[in-house]
Amino acid sequence: MAKLEEVGIRPVAISVDSPEELRTLVQQAGYTFPFLSDPKAETIRRYDLLHAGAGIDGHDVARPAEFLVDSSGTVRWVNLTESYWVRARPEQVLEVAKTLE
Amino acid sequence: MKIPRLNWPLWAGFLLSLFAFISYPFVFVWFPVTRDFPWANLLLFAVAASLVLLGIRRAFAHDRPNPKRSKGGGVILTTLSVAVFGFFVFMVFVLARQLPASTGHPQVGQKAPDFSLSDTNGKPVSLASLIATRDEKTQTTPKGVLLIFYRGYW
Repeated sequence: MAKLEEVGIRPVAISVDSPEELRTLVQQAGYTFPFLSDPKAETIRRYDLLHAGAGIDGHDVARPAEFLVDSSGTVRWVNLTESYWVRARPEQVLEVAKTLE
Repeated sequence: MKIPRLNWPLWAGFLLSLFAFISYPFVFVWFPVTRDFPWANLLLFAVAASLVLLGIRRAFAHDRPNPKRSKGGGVILTTLSVAVFGFFVFMVFVLARQLPASTGHPQVGQKAPDFSLSDTNGKPVSLASLIATRDEKTQTTPKGVLLIFYRGYW
């Protein structure tokens, strides 16, 4: 993550967790990038990433996905995992980051 | 020769199968090489299986001091070990892949839909502001923003 910031990529994490839950998480894990709260999954729905009823108590969560957006707001890279254990590796993003202005 | 009461290969095999299961979410998932395909865990399961096989042969040997107990224990621990393996396969290869298909997500080349979401201080943050805000250290705007959607601590 630090490497991403070095090359000028700003990581942002988005989930249905509340700001309070996120604050605890960020404090415990020591993350330095922003965590945003989408409790009603409105943005998650707009990005068509809703995994309905998959959370504990059956509430809606996001299916894991990563998007690299350039400075004009255009999507330059998308990664939708097939398995929630498997996520994008930073190297993959660094590779695409090289092509950004 | 005195035969020890404890059927150690059986117990070792069973405990190793438990470890093979638990070590995936707690250890191996942190390393992409052992995460994307759980070969390290499958290898541990293979070793556990050979130990259990060895143990079951011992459990059914004719010279056990308490044959009934020995056989019963052998069957129970073998069944449990197989169940642990089955649950692991289910967790990694079936459950984790039950993700809904996404056809409407923003594609490469399209504009990413803007949003405004609360940060950890309850302050609204938009995609536009993430793109336009200068970094405190470098005093430059980012080349790109990486949006990471994750399941959350549900």
